[in-house]
Amino acid sequence: MSQQSSTIGSEVTWSAEGAAVNTADANAAGSAGAYPGASEPPHLSVRNLHVHVGGNHILKNINIDIPNKGITSFIGPSGCGKTTLLKTLNRLLDRQKGVVVKGAVLVDGVNIYDKEVEVTDMRKKMGLLSQRPFPLPMSIFDNIAYGPRIHGIKKKKQLEEIVEYYLRATHLWEEVKDRLNQSAAALSIGQQQRLCLARGLAVEPEIILGDEPTSALDPVSTQRIEELFLQLKDKYTLILVTHILRQARRLSDTIVFLYMGEIIEYGPAEDVLLHPREKLTQEYVKGFIS
Amino acid sequence: MSYKQIRLWKDRWSANLFLWLCLFFIFIVVLIGVGLLIKSAPIWKEQSIVHLIFSKEWKPFQGKFGFLAYISGSLLVTFLAVIIGLPISLMSAVYISEYAPGRVRSILLPLIDLLSGIPPIVYGVWGVLTIVPLVGQVLAPRFGAVSSGYSALTGGIVLAVMIFPLLIRILLDVFEAVPAGLKDASLSLGANQWETVKHVLLKRSAPGIIAATILALSRALGETIAVLMVCGNIAVLPRSIFDSVYPLPALIANNYGDMLSIPQYDAALMLAAFILFVLIFLCNALSRMVLNRLERRDYA
Ligand SMILES: Nc1ncnc2c1ncn2[C@@H]1O[C@H](COP(=O)(O)OP(=O)(O)OP(=O)(O)O)[C@@H](O)[C@H]1O
Ligand SMILES: [Mg+2]
Repeated sequence: MSQQSSTIGSEVTWSAEGAAVNTADANAAGSAGAYPGASEPPHLSVRNLHVHVGGNHILKNINIDIPNKGITSFIGPSGCGKTTLLKTLNRLLDRQKGVVVKGAVLVDGVNIYDKEVEVTDMRKKMGLLSQRPFPLPMSIFDNIAYGPRIHGIKKKKQLEEIVEYYLRATHLWEEVKDRLNQSAAALSIGQQQRLCLARGLAVEPEIILGDEPTSALDPVSTQRIEELFLQLKDKYTLILVTHILRQARRLSDTIVFLYMGEIIEYGPAEDVLLHPREKLTQEYVKGFIS
Repeated sequence: MSYKQIRLWKDRWSANLFLWLCLFFIFIVVLIGVGLLIKSAPIWKEQSIVHLIFSKEWKPFQGKFGFLAYISGSLLVTFLAVIIGLPISLMSAVYISEYAPGRVRSILLPLIDLLSGIPPIVYGVWGVLTIVPLVGQVLAPRFGAVSSGYSALTGGIVLAVMIFPLLIRILLDVFEAVPAGLKDASLSLGANQWETVKHVLLKRSAPGIIAATILALSRALGETIAVLMVCGNIAVLPRSIFDSVYPLPALIANNYGDMLSIPQYDAALMLAAFILFVLIFLCNALSRMVLNRLERRDYA
C-alpha cells in the first residue's frame, strides 16, 4: 500500500511539473470527471468485436466508446492485442491473411465493416503513425503533398501552402525547408516520424492512430512527438498504443487496459491509473505484470 | 589440438574455402571469355573486328563473315520479348502479390512454376504450331505486311512467354521486400489500392524491376532452341518485326560442327559466341550501373 501511495505521490509531482505545457485542458479533462467530450456522441465506437488470426482468438468481445478529442491510450502487456485492436479501427488488419473480424467498428455511426462502406474515405479520416516511420519513397515535399494530391488538390501554390503549414505544425519546417526536394529517407528517424505525422495531418483526419509511435525514437525526439500530441489533442482524437506506463500517464485522458485480448478496464486516465477497480489493472499499473 | 583450436581452424578454413570457390567460378567465366577470344583469333586477326560486326555480308564460301544481321536479329527478338513480356509479367505479379485472394494465389504460383519447368523445345513446338500461324495469317495481314509467320515477332512472343515465369518469380520477391508498413502508410492516407501500387509499390521496387528485366534480357538473349525454331533463320537485316531473323545462338547451334571445310568458319562461330558473351556481360554491367545509381538516390 505504501508503495502505491508513493507512486501516486511522484505522479502528482510529475504532472505538476509537466503541466507547464498544457495545464488548462489537462485539468479540465480531469476535473470534468466523465470522458472529455462525453456530451457529444463518440464518433468512434467498437461493438462486440472479435478478431481471429489464423484460428487464434486474439481479441475477445471488445466494446469501447472512444471519447472525442483528447488522447486515449491502449495499454497492456506485450502480445495482449493492442496493435491488433488499433489496426481494426481503420481496417488495415483485415488486409492480412487469415484474419477474421466479427462485430462492428462505428465511425460517425457507420459500421466500417459493412460491405458498402468506402474504405478509402474512412481511412482518410484516420491518420496512422506506426512503430517506426515509413516515409514514402519520394521527396519530403511529395510525402506531405501525397495525400492532398490524391484527394484532388492539384494547384502547386495550394500544395506548397499545405506542405509548409503542416511542416510548421510539426516543427519540421526550419529543419527541412531548404531540402524539400530531397529524399525523405535522408532525414533522421525522429524527423521522419514527425514527417509522417505531418503527412497524416495533411489529409485533415479527425482521428490519429499511433502504434507505439515513439518506440524507435531517442528521448529528445520522443519528447517532441509527445509535445505535438498534447498540442493536437484539442483538435483531434488521438488513439495511442503504448507499453510505457509513464508515457501513458504523461499523455492520456482515457486509458484502455487490455489483457490477453480482453478489455479489463477503461475510463478516465486518473481512475484507471490511480484507482483501478480490477485486480489485474492494479497489478499491471504497479508493474507486477508487464 | 584443443577443441578451441579446432573451432578456430574450421572457422578460418571455411572462410578460405568459400573465397576460393568464388574465385574459381569467376576464373571459369574469365576462362570461357578468353577461350572464345583465342579460338576466334584466326578471323579477327585477318579482318577488323569493327568490319566484322558492322558488315551484313555473310558469305562463308567467299570468306565474308559480317555479323550485323545476326546481332540485330538477336537484339530485335530480345527487345520484343521484353517489350511484350515485361508489362504482362508486371501486371500479373502485382495482381498476385497485392490483389489475389489466398486461394487464387495458391493455384497460380504452382502453375507459374510449371511454366518455368517446360523445356525450351516444347515452347519451340508450341510456337511453330500456334504463334507462327497467328503472326503469318492474322497479325501480319492486319498490319499490311507479308510474313511467313517465322519472324522476329514470333520469336519475341515465344520468348516473352518463356521469360514470363522467371520475371514473375523475381518480381514477386521484389514486391515481397516492400514493407507492409509502407503500404499501410499510403492506404491510411486514403489512397486506394491502385494508387498505393503505383506510387509506393512500383516506385519503391524500381531498382528490383530493372534488375529483373535485365536478367530476363540476358536469358532471352541466350535462348537458343525455341528461337531457332520460330524465327525463320534468314540472315538479312530485318526491316520490320514481321521479317525473318537469324539470332546469334541459332547461328551457332545450326552450324557448329558442320562445314569445317571452309577455313575460318569455325573461328567465325567462336566469334559469334564471344559477341553473345560480351552482349550478356554488357547487359549485366548495365544493370549493375543502373542499380548503383538508384541505390545512391537511397529511397529507403
Ligand atoms: N499474423 C499473426 N498470426 C498469428 N498470430 C498473430 C498474428 N499477429 C498477431 N498475432 C498474435 O496476436 C496477439 C496480439 O498481437 P498484437 O501485435 O496485437 O499485440 P500487442 O499488444 O501489440 O503487443 P506488443 O506490445 O508486443 O506490440 C499476439 O498473441 C500475437 O502473437
Ligand atoms: Mg504492438
